Amino acid sequence: MSFAVKCRDVIKSFESEAGLQRVLHGVDLDVPWGEMTMLVGPSGCGKTTLLSIVAGILSFDSGDVEVDGQDIAKMSDALRVAFRRRTLGFIFQQYNLLPALTAAENAAIPLVAGGMELSAAAKAAMPLLDQLGMGEHAAKLPRQLSGGQQQRVAIARALVHEPKLVVCDEPTAALDATGGRTVMEMLRAASVRADRATLVVTHDHRIFDFADRIVRMEDGRIAGIETKALETVP
Amino acid sequence: MGKVALRMLFGDPGKYLGLVFGIAFATLLMAQQAGLFVGILGRTVSQIVDVQEADLWVMDPRVKYSDVTEPMTDTQLYRVRSVEGVAWALPFYRAMSTARSPDGILEQTLLLGVDDATLTGAPRKVLLGNIDDLRQPDAVAIDRAGFGRLWPNVPLDLGREVEINDRRVKVVAITEAGAPFTTAPVVVMRYSQALIVAQPRRSQLSYVIARAAPGHNAEDVAARIARDTGLQGLTRDGFVNKTMTYFLRNTGIPINFGITIALGFIVGAAIVGQTFFLFVVENLRQFGALKAIGVGNLAILRMVLLQAGVAAVTGYSIGIGLAAAFFEFVPRISIELRGLALPAEVAVGVAAAVLLIIAAASFASVRRVLVVDPAIVFRG
Repeated sequence: MSFAVKCRDVIKSFESEAGLQRVLHGVDLDVPWGEMTMLVGPSGCGKTTLLSIVAGILSFDSGDVEVDGQDIAKMSDALRVAFRRRTLGFIFQQYNLLPALTAAENAAIPLVAGGMELSAAAKAAMPLLDQLGMGEHAAKLPRQLSGGQQQRVAIARALVHEPKLVVCDEPTAALDATGGRTVMEMLRAASVRADRATLVVTHDHRIFDFADRIVRMEDGRIAGIETKALETVP
Repeated sequence: MGKVALRMLFGDPGKYLGLVFGIAFATLLMAQQAGLFVGILGRTVSQIVDVQEADLWVMDPRVKYSDVTEPMTDTQLYRVRSVEGVAWALPFYRAMSTARSPDGILEQTLLLGVDDATLTGAPRKVLLGNIDDLRQPDAVAIDRAGFGRLWPNVPLDLGREVEINDRRVKVVAITEAGAPFTTAPVVVMRYSQALIVAQPRRSQLSYVIARAAPGHNAEDVAARIARDTGLQGLTRDGFVNKTMTYFLRNTGIPINFGITIALGFIVGAAIVGQTFFLFVVENLRQFGALKAIGVGNLAILRMVLLQAGVAAVTGYSIGIGLAAAFFEFVPRISIELRGLALPAEVAVGVAAAVLLIIAAASFASVRRVLVVDPAIVFRG
């Protein structure tokens, strides 16, 4: 099995009033291609920190992190920014859509960041918005959309530039149960394919059944891994 | 990402208008006060500037500025004429005097006496009549504003009589003279006539106006006059600077206007700085998301600078437009405000001040954006 993400012995500490606090204690993590992997665990266990490190937006103290075969610790800042732009798609808990842009323009942001003109990029994002059932809302501003609709726009934004890895932080936290399942169905349908990996941080147990693999974290360590067949890896 | 930056800017009309209003207000306040300051300062030298024919002014060494003269003997005129490099030299009289209209209206007037033969130094712009008629006995030219003060609500006409220092004179020409600092009516007579009308003193010659001969530098000739005659010889620009400097150092004008201009700058900077800073800070999360998605710091910097630049240009344009409208229309309402204008130097200076304000606001805001940790987008 080949992996989109390989983390080995990743250690991360933060400065706090109490001194240096270690939040990741030598984490090993593999995220396979073609699967949706969920990183679960209680608040403060380090899953968002690990996700940020994998996404290349947070540095780490020691260890190795490879994404799509590239060692992100060895990249310069500029290379890492370009790598994120090309290789990663992001879905945030609070959607983080730009309030002044329409749904289509928001979905097109990664293409614009890559140099495409805004209106052309918005047109290019339309098929994906249609696929996510948002075609008729493409011209609406985020404030005119429900939470579930905004998250679908965010999914389109995460996928519009065909990324290799999609990272999602609590994608259903701001949604009700029905809305959350709808969003996960669409995320799974749109994002999971053989040449892409999807890494989801969540503690919403209602969506665990969408995962191909569940990685449990506790106190900055991997506590266990379950595959789709509920096979537990020690 | 430029379009995205502009959409972010215009997408919050309240904040955008607040930002533009702040810049426009600061621009208007600074431009209007600076324009008034320059205009009022210019009035202190308008009677020097009006005499375009002369490039040299000669006076008693004790004279500090143009309004207060120390009379010289008439023989000084001949001494100046004898200095090498002087093409011509003519007498020029200047004094305040009291005018009384037949209706009993009293006005303090600025009485100017110009050379009898050539009338050099008389205002060039004549609205009514002929300046050559000054050669008639007891003839005066009066400026348009002065006519309105002595004969309110009366259309401009010639032949009216007025008493100056109890001597009756007749208006033969209406001129457009530069407004004096006190906005007093400007009355022009022949030099010999002015000496008769004026209060008698032992010496009467206020100034000698002169011109450097071709091939001679005015500054050199002025220095030579001072050396050879013991008088004070100045070029026109030198006399303008000396007079302005006197007013700047000895009156409250620069302090009062300076305070208002500084207030405009400070208030503008505070409004613009705070509004723009808050605008950026409230969008920090969006900028953080853009950074996470892969928009580099340089692109973010360009976005913030574009937003600041557009707001600055819009606000400045509105503010400078309002200031220009003020200087265009207000002098039409009140003749006392004639000649006040918005000099290009003031417009450029205010643009520089606005640029400084917006640059400071951008710098403070951009710093927050550039150091923002993109990981904030993963913290609910």
